[in-house]
Amino acid sequence: MKELLKKLTEAYGPSGNEEVIRDIIRDEIKDYVDEIRVDTLGNLIAVKKGNGVKVMLAAHMDQIGFMVTHIDDNGFLRFTRIGGISVGNSINRRVVFKNGVTGVVSYDGDVDRLSDIKLDKMYIDIGASNREEAEKEVAIGDVAVYYSPFTENNGKYVSMAMDDRVGCALLIETARRLKSSPHEIYFVFTVQEELGVRGAKTSAYALNPDIGIAVDVTGTGDTPKARPMAVKLGGGPAIKVKDALVLAHPRVKELMVKRAKELGIPYQMEILDAGGTDAGAIHLTREGIPSGVLSIPCRYVHSDSEMVDAGDIENGVKLMLKILEGEIDIF
Amino acid sequence: MRYMDTKDFIARLVAVPGVSGYEEEIARLISEAFKPYCQEVRTDNFFNVYGRKTDGHSENMPKVMIAAHMDEIGLMVTDIDEKGFIKFTNIGGVDPRILLGQEVEIHGKEKLFGVIGAKPPHLQQVRDTRKAVKMEDMTIDVGLPADRVREQVNVGDTITFVSPLVELKGGMISAKSLDDRAGVAVLLETMKELDELRFCADVYFVATVQEEVGVRGAVISTYQLTPDIGVAIDVTHGDMPDAPRDETFAMNKGPVISVGPNMHLCLTQKLIDTAKEYGIAHMIEVEPGPTGTDARAIQISRWGVPTVLIGLPLRYMHTTVETLNLDNVKQAARLLARFIASLKEDWNQWLSY
Amino acid sequence: MAELLKQLTEIGGVSGDEGRVRRLIEKEISPFVDDVYTDRIGNLIAYKKGKNSSKKIMLCAHMDEVGLIISAIQEDGTLKFRTVGGIDPRILVSKRVLIGENVCPGVLGIKAIHLQEAEERQNAVRVKQMYIDIGALSREEAGQAVRLGDYAVFDSKYVEFGDNKVKAKALDDRAGCAILIELMKQEYDNDIYACFSVQEEVGLRGAEVLGYSINPDIAIIVEGTTCSDVPDVEQHLYSTEMGKGPAITIMDATSYASKELVDAFVKTAQKEGIPFQFKKGATGGNDAGRIHLAREGIKTATVSVPCRYIHSPSSVMDLNDYNNTIRLLSTFLKGCGL
Repeated sequence: MKELLKKLTEAYGPSGNEEVIRDIIRDEIKDYVDEIRVDTLGNLIAVKKGNGVKVMLAAHMDQIGFMVTHIDDNGFLRFTRIGGISVGNSINRRVVFKNGVTGVVSYDGDVDRLSDIKLDKMYIDIGASNREEAEKEVAIGDVAVYYSPFTENNGKYVSMAMDDRVGCALLIETARRLKSSPHEIYFVFTVQEELGVRGAKTSAYALNPDIGIAVDVTGTGDTPKARPMAVKLGGGPAIKVKDALVLAHPRVKELMVKRAKELGIPYQMEILDAGGTDAGAIHLTREGIPSGVLSIPCRYVHSDSEMVDAGDIENGVKLMLKILEGEIDIF
Repeated sequence: MRYMDTKDFIARLVAVPGVSGYEEEIARLISEAFKPYCQEVRTDNFFNVYGRKTDGHSENMPKVMIAAHMDEIGLMVTDIDEKGFIKFTNIGGVDPRILLGQEVEIHGKEKLFGVIGAKPPHLQQVRDTRKAVKMEDMTIDVGLPADRVREQVNVGDTITFVSPLVELKGGMISAKSLDDRAGVAVLLETMKELDELRFCADVYFVATVQEEVGVRGAVISTYQLTPDIGVAIDVTHGDMPDAPRDETFAMNKGPVISVGPNMHLCLTQKLIDTAKEYGIAHMIEVEPGPTGTDARAIQISRWGVPTVLIGLPLRYMHTTVETLNLDNVKQAARLLARFIASLKEDWNQWLSY
Repeated sequence: MAELLKQLTEIGGVSGDEGRVRRLIEKEISPFVDDVYTDRIGNLIAYKKGKNSSKKIMLCAHMDEVGLIISAIQEDGTLKFRTVGGIDPRILVSKRVLIGENVCPGVLGIKAIHLQEAEERQNAVRVKQMYIDIGALSREEAGQAVRLGDYAVFDSKYVEFGDNKVKAKALDDRAGCAILIELMKQEYDNDIYACFSVQEEVGLRGAEVLGYSINPDIAIIVEGTTCSDVPDVEQHLYSTEMGKGPAITIMDATSYASKELVDAFVKTAQKEGIPFQFKKGATGGNDAGRIHLAREGIKTATVSVPCRYIHSPSSVMDLNDYNNTIRLLSTFLKGCGL
């Protein structure tokens, strides 16, 4: 899992530009599924055939990033956000483009207070002396992501893009370990979740499953003076109750809790006030698809150093396997 | 159940818990209430309730969907502290200022009674009392120690307000969740009115779920039904002393018909003409964009649905003392029934643009 | 061509009230297409069969403009209103409007400067404080000329001025509508659906229905977009620049354009020597936002004509940009080997 997670989190794949990470995931999962295809928007859909309930599992491949909108005369790049990039998480950070060019994000000097900085007063410095030099390396529309290596300490993994490469890793590992399941399982690696759960909407429409379960990260309330939240790192995978986009279907939530209890693993109930996941799009597709979310607790979401607990991930895989191997009798 | 008086029906409706996403119990009640008046009643995977009532035998009957939402705003348990006090968040739009001193019911393993504690004035500085208390600083006291609370209550359990129906003067009633259980009562009244009329339409009365968190039940129920015509019944703002006159409506001048891009021009005109023809008092509300009701989802489902919106004036919306004129429920039902009865076989000729 | 633009921009068609625009477009486009019809939310669809009919291509422009809707008639005969679509309230002060089917004239007056305190002039006037004066002195008198729910548009005529420039209201997106009509006068290999959507300005609502109903292979949205290459704006915030040709969107607030289509536009422009630019920044949204997510997902892109001061009575466009947008799209549709 650690090696897989390292490979996935260090891969390039901002929203709308998921080709690289998609190829890596395809390579990792292809031996464990019956068919793979890529749809119009770029979602990767892998299926393990079966006769029972049609299950759609979703984890998003995309990560947040910085899109170049303008190159000035002195070779500095202006940018806009791809997904939830915040000023605080970007100041003086190292970023890297698809072609390997690196740069530093900083802000206009005429700012009095850090709290006054908005994105349009920031720039990326790739060390070019003028526009021509810069244009040899980057173009308008190019997207950079954080430059941030994977590290481990005390059983916690830290990297950029845990959101949601940890979900992708969980699905791949589930596909690998799944011995037998009566159900038809679609492992969907979605695109553009960070831009508004877009890939999930169209892939759910195409598949029209009986049940949907998204796998994504959620925040925690266990850091100093944290805003109150009952989830903590190491407390086990979290079963979502509610977030801004979805109220988990009671039957799906109950099934997940039941299986967690049967397994005897630690688990937590999760309420996220702000933020949403692919389940938000899946459950409102067509005639409505009962959906839930298996969340991996994560600190510092949307920064270049997102932290997860190895035990939570392992228990998350176990829980997913238990759900898939058993009856899914929600109605 | 059959000839239940409207006030009693509403009193029963508002007493059943049914916060957005947790409508199973209220759905059962409504389903039972619909049965005597409908040919078919069914419930979908998300607990939207559909009561089908049809009278015409024509090939070219319009399929009409009439929606009122059964979910209510409420709260949800987010944590239990070491002393057994319960922290919570809101489901749907809850003004934190209504919460102090409120009585609540927590739906854990069993229903637990609790109060949202308010610090007595004796212990507060005057300047503190000028600022509204934030929800994250409030707790619910259920009168039990932490270990007993944890046996019964989990993170994620829903919490509803305790606020039974009260009769005020002038035919007015006050309760929580008249938004939009009063609308559900309109559905039932309309069924009763239609029993006395001939009509030529395939009507689906839908009690929708999760309107308060984004008209979600309406999205999936409209997709399932593919109606030719859509009607939403919800509440709108009744006049209040501290609200602007041009944004609120009198309590005794009938239901409100909405006009604007979310509503189909000809269909709305037909509704207004029907009201005039039958001498049903009504008012007009102008809405410049997608309305905050199920109508916003219904209109853009699949190939589009010509939609109208009827509102019941309601004072103090989203508080536990929402106040409504019962007569408007009856008038809205009369209007709707006559409107349905006015749809003839040529409905799709005058309905097109 | 200018006559078409003039008629389209001068006609009133606020979101929810697009009937007049629709009828004009239907009249103009019918001679050149095989079928024209209106759907259940009011979108107009004009279908032209292709020589080979291999792909289904949708072109989309929205018919609606931002405006006002009358929400109350006061005792003293003045009218209260709400804004429909995004309007900066500050542009409303001291303007003329035309209300309803009868185009009843009204004015948005403001207290004379002589009667104001100095500090009053510092604060922008809010919509709730504003009213429209149609000259009526009582509710009854006003009620004979206007009704609740009537729409009001800016009273602004089409004017050609400066160096091939045009000033008009509603260039966003009557310019797009005019472009679609011009494009449909030519012949193409593929089946083309020229779609004129409603209610874009209040939430891309017509587009939601179009995406589901038409479900094309490719969708191209043609818009009038922001152009703020004016003093006091930093260069990287221009969005687009006047005179630099049609603007191709890479990403905006509601969609990320299909890279394949964007590359195809760029190649077409380069090959034909058509000036073009990229829309900078990712602000704004348009019908592409709903269309690309319809059903199983649709390959979508947006090409826009730069317009200064959109959503005001006096937006400005360069006719060269307008013509180059038509050239780019027509060449693309004819020969791109889709």
